[in-house]
Amino acid sequence: MPFNSLNSSTSPIKILLDKRSIYLRKLVLDAFIKAGKGHVGGALSCIEIIRVLYDDIMNYRPKNPLWHDRDRFILSKGHSCLALYVVLADKGFFSLKELESCFSSNSFLGGHPERDILKGIEASTGSLGHGLSIGVGLAIAARNQRRDSRIFVLLGDGELNEGSIWEALLSASKHRLSNLTAIIDYNKVQSSGTVEEIQNLEPISEKFKSFGFETIEINGHDIISLQNTFNSLPISNNPTALICHTVKGKGLSIAEGNAEWHYKRLKSDDIKLIYSELEKR
Amino acid sequence: MRNTCLNMIYQLAKVDSRVIFIGSDLSPGLLKEMRNEFPDRFFMDGISEANIIGMAAGLAMDGYIPYVVTIGTFFYRRAYDQIAIDLCLHNLPVRLVAIGGGLNYAPLGPTHQAIEDITVMRALPNMNVVAVCDADEMKRFMSKTLDIKSPIYIRLAKGFEPIISKDENGFEFGKAIVLHKASKKAKKHVLINSTSIMTNQALLSAEKLKKYEITCTIIHHHTIKPLDSKIILKYAPECDLILTLEENVLAGGFGSACLETIIDSLNPSQVPPILRLGLPDMFVSNYGTQESLMEYFGLLSENITAKILEKFN
Repeated sequence: MPFNSLNSSTSPIKILLDKRSIYLRKLVLDAFIKAGKGHVGGALSCIEIIRVLYDDIMNYRPKNPLWHDRDRFILSKGHSCLALYVVLADKGFFSLKELESCFSSNSFLGGHPERDILKGIEASTGSLGHGLSIGVGLAIAARNQRRDSRIFVLLGDGELNEGSIWEALLSASKHRLSNLTAIIDYNKVQSSGTVEEIQNLEPISEKFKSFGFETIEINGHDIISLQNTFNSLPISNNPTALICHTVKGKGLSIAEGNAEWHYKRLKSDDIKLIYSELEKR
Repeated sequence: MRNTCLNMIYQLAKVDSRVIFIGSDLSPGLLKEMRNEFPDRFFMDGISEANIIGMAAGLAMDGYIPYVVTIGTFFYRRAYDQIAIDLCLHNLPVRLVAIGGGLNYAPLGPTHQAIEDITVMRALPNMNVVAVCDADEMKRFMSKTLDIKSPIYIRLAKGFEPIISKDENGFEFGKAIVLHKASKKAKKHVLINSTSIMTNQALLSAEKLKKYEITCTIIHHHTIKPLDSKIILKYAPECDLILTLEENVLAGGFGSACLETIIDSLNPSQVPPILRLGLPDMFVSNYGTQESLMEYFGLLSENITAKILEKFN
């Protein structure tokens, strides 16, 4: 499947989605249409990150979810839960059928994830700025217990507005948690506009470096680049920050880079538009 | 009380490898022995309350029992969201050791005075709230904390250090202690429900009231949540006045918890007059000592005695 190696990791070179990425997007959009609302923009921007972690990187056992030596994934940007739900269902933590009733009163899949290890969900998130500190605790626990478990925490770029994230970075760096990776879904659009206009994060890479993190920038939709980078970790005794340049709403043209689709209540016209785009895939 | 509590963390760490200490930025040399003996279970992680609570949650998710220590107000005012979500929603066995409960930090002003911690902590689902009366009771309580599966807010207070708890009463989590029984000969019977260091003031008041032929039953609630409702309901219908005592704002505090129990369970005809004593709905605007502020707010035994006499007259 085509992908583009980036000369400049921040380059907005368009990545073509492969069959699996399209399949996972269809699951997200089906669940979104059935729910009638949801944080779809951020879910579409982080699908490749979560997919690669669960397909190629993390050690876990859907038939034995409590396996103590498993790697842990924390979706700190909990509002992007649809992306996590479809991957967990695809991996067999629960049935794909469950995706049809997301956010409804008879579903365990809410608008933000709630800790249920049997279903593959490690932490309840939704209030931003929590996941990285929890990850620090999990990483220290793994090290103290002589486990090889690795901890991956997915953060939103808007989430980096939260001061608690920077407290957690100091702590992770102090304890040299090389088993901890902070992944930033840098889609550059938050709820009410662009990151640049709301709370500019640049120079983002320098910020993470100065906090003592090994810092890598890649295209967050590039499967091979994600695989290679994750496989190369840890680079040193320090924790890693993986800044993934992504596109908000990736794969759904009307939603791409569009803050209106951060959280969306669907109207019938929107649904027609999504279906017509899905049919083209 | 504070030193006993901290030392107990070390003692527990010796016998249970799940015990972890996390502090913010506390006194130099604090728990030096623990730091040397268990360096991988001792963390002094800076003035970052949100992070240390989240970190404690992560450790607790993988089997540890973290005791997190800092000044009370910095816990619950700064990091309420982390306490609610990371600890309570996940229902994890993290212990928040809150230094400076009530008016303890009188000279340091309102930023340091934990005057509404009981109110806000008891409102959180899954949170337990404990406020013992002295160092000996702290020791008994701490030895039980390894077995409690949910989070606990532990209010450290300063009660001028008299030891009023008794070994024979032991410590059972969630079960209050009758520290003083009423005499049958007296004219009036007051049921005093008190918590934390106010129990000492209750005992002193009971002594002062004897000469007025007023007798007291004093129930000491070391555990504010879960509240021992059963014991309140047992004694409430028998008395002429119910008094609640707390070094906390009256809004939603310990007295409110007692009221809720009484109103929810007794017929109005069974309920005697109720007097709640605590702090008013204001930040403290003057300094001084804890004792001087307690006097100012009418929480010393002399004030309490006067209020009870006033009620009967």
